[in-house]
Amino acid sequence: MATTKSKKKAAPKKKKAASKELTAEEIRHADDREVGVGRAGDIPREKLMDWYRQMVLIRKFEQACSEQYQLGKIGGFLHLYIGQEAIAVGSIAARGDNDHVITAYRDHGHALAVGSETGPVMAELMGKVTGVSGGRGGSMHLCDVPRRFWGGYAVVGGHVPLGAGIALAEQYKGTDGAVLCYMGDGSTNIGYFHESLNLAKVWNLPVVWIVENNQYGMGTAVDRASATPEMVTKASGYDMEAHVVDGMSVCDVYWKTTDALARVRAGEGPQFLEMITYRFEGHSMGDPLRYRSKEEVVKWRDDDPLGVIEKRLIEQESCTQEELDAIDDQVDAEVEAAVKFADESPEPGLDTLYDNIFVPQ
Amino acid sequence: MAKRITMRQALSDALREEMLRDENVFIMGEEIGVWGGTYAVTRGFYDEFGEKRVRDTPISEMAIGGAATGAAMNGLRPVAEFMTINFAFVAFDAIINHAAKVHYMFNGNIKCPVVFRAPGGGGRQLGATHSHTPDVIFAHFPGLRVVSPATPYDAKGMLKSAIRSDDPVMFIEHATLYQERGEVPEEEYLVPLDKSDKKRDGSDVTIVTYAQGLPISMEAADKLSKEGIEVEIIDLRSLQPLDLTLAVESFKKTNKAVVVEEGHGTYGIGAEIVAQIQEKAFDYLDAPIKRVAQKQAPLPYARELEQSALINADRVVAAVKEVL
Ligand SMILES: Cc1ncc(C[n+]2csc(CCOP(=O)(O)OP(=O)(O)O)c2C)c(N)n1
Ligand SMILES: [Mg+2]
Repeated sequence: MATTKSKKKAAPKKKKAASKELTAEEIRHADDREVGVGRAGDIPREKLMDWYRQMVLIRKFEQACSEQYQLGKIGGFLHLYIGQEAIAVGSIAARGDNDHVITAYRDHGHALAVGSETGPVMAELMGKVTGVSGGRGGSMHLCDVPRRFWGGYAVVGGHVPLGAGIALAEQYKGTDGAVLCYMGDGSTNIGYFHESLNLAKVWNLPVVWIVENNQYGMGTAVDRASATPEMVTKASGYDMEAHVVDGMSVCDVYWKTTDALARVRAGEGPQFLEMITYRFEGHSMGDPLRYRSKEEVVKWRDDDPLGVIEKRLIEQESCTQEELDAIDDQVDAEVEAAVKFADESPEPGLDTLYDNIFVPQ
Repeated sequence: MAKRITMRQALSDALREEMLRDENVFIMGEEIGVWGGTYAVTRGFYDEFGEKRVRDTPISEMAIGGAATGAAMNGLRPVAEFMTINFAFVAFDAIINHAAKVHYMFNGNIKCPVVFRAPGGGGRQLGATHSHTPDVIFAHFPGLRVVSPATPYDAKGMLKSAIRSDDPVMFIEHATLYQERGEVPEEEYLVPLDKSDKKRDGSDVTIVTYAQGLPISMEAADKLSKEGIEVEIIDLRSLQPLDLTLAVESFKKTNKAVVVEEGHGTYGIGAEIVAQIQEKAFDYLDAPIKRVAQKQAPLPYARELEQSALINADRVVAAVKEVL
């Protein structure tokens, strides 16, 4: 199986700025991806290496998905996470033992970041009985309840109140658990979003809303769909603390999520994070990409989150190219094994059509 | 020991008993707390249980539907009230695409034991948007239990079962039935969520109905009885799943049937029942099965005009005589 090697391109060097918070616009134009990280050096090397591994895993997994789709082995809609890997990996790394994850249909990255096994995830995409949802969900409906991943949801915004409800249950039971509820920039324009943020604030629910602002909802640029292109400003209407995050820097994502969760646990109520990112591929397979220029994509590719962490590992953690290559090779083998597992798994029996409509009484 | 109480009281008792029994049961919705419930079903609950378990919400049906679903997925047993079923339309996606789908879509890994209570029905001069009996729409989809009781006894026993069920339940209450009185045992009991019930014995014609259709059919039955016509009445109680065992059994005896429902007739519950009866008992068919349902117009405000669109005992009597 031919998976492309991850991009090795590092962003140009620049002196690190003080840890002031950047606006979305500044992050978009920043060329030093360590800007805004603030606490560089506090993260142990092994952790960084593991995040790198997870991000490479997601990248290569998605590349494999694309191939399997083209081979006709994956059907339906397929939304790749390529370009956004730092968000799922950095934020899920920040979660505690009782914290939950819920997201929309672009959910492969979140599943892998919570630690779901690659084989069953790939099997789900191929509609196999060994899939994480038994082949009933597909790409948009992965889940891993034991790992507190409540799934991917395909109606834009539909899962946002579910996130509020999952948070309500934690608050009700008196645990310290919180919810990381991810959504796209497009979902900030649907009623669900506004009702849920309002309710979360009124009830002081333990939830961190994470908007993955990848600049587009399908083919519609953020500023063509949203009254304000800056998602963070939407939180102020609900009196919620909100921060802009460099979604291409796994470290920035990690720290800002860590801080947001700490504020939730300190009783400060729901938190809002706008993570600036870009999807390198189309919205879903077969996207003609008429709405953005090649130059724009090339520019964002300079900010590849894998390039950002590689640069950090090499320049600050004296990591060698051989070490990184070894990780890449190990991930290649894992993804290959996942595809093999999925390929060889059976489809669900036709006699199971009516299973799990209702819980047996 | 039994007492005679209203359906409102029966529902209130069921909720209170379940909240006392299980700490994870709580109620949420608009005006259910401090106000005491628009139809007073939850009067006194706020003082008794406090605001953790009696949760007034903003006017946010999408969030009510979705947050109740999420809380249920994560281990609680929410009873979410829509002020009226008409507003549940706003939450349709949360109910149908989320509550009713998660168990199946995630292969049984997620359970969703949520109850949506919703009062509905026409006949109270509330105009076209506030008078729907849209029960059949909710019953169209697999994955959601849809029930609608007609008596205080059933209301109490079924609400308790709904709360204990691991499935999402749409619990539809016809608002004009809140005042209906009936016998309810003092001791604990449950009524199953998926069983129809025979409410009157007869040998001439089978009436299949539920909710507000039941008192109307009972009234018609009394009138017909005076003319020597005895109808048998089957109360569906549950629309999803639909239990037609008793209806078909009765039909095989009477060979004639009338279906009475308050919702619109077009694509209605009657249409489904007629289809199933002819599939299951075609050889027993002596006459076309008649449907008595709401006329196909939005409900108007003017009293008599509204009444003319709704079902009533005279229309049921006429239908029974037609099939005889
Ligand atoms: C309610 C609803 N309307 C429309 C769609 C079709 N649709 C699927 S994804 C999408 C764009 C969403 O964009 P965004 O929230 O930014 O997420 P992204 O795809 O960028 O991750 C649209 C319009 C949908 N799934 N749900
Ligand atoms: Mg987007």
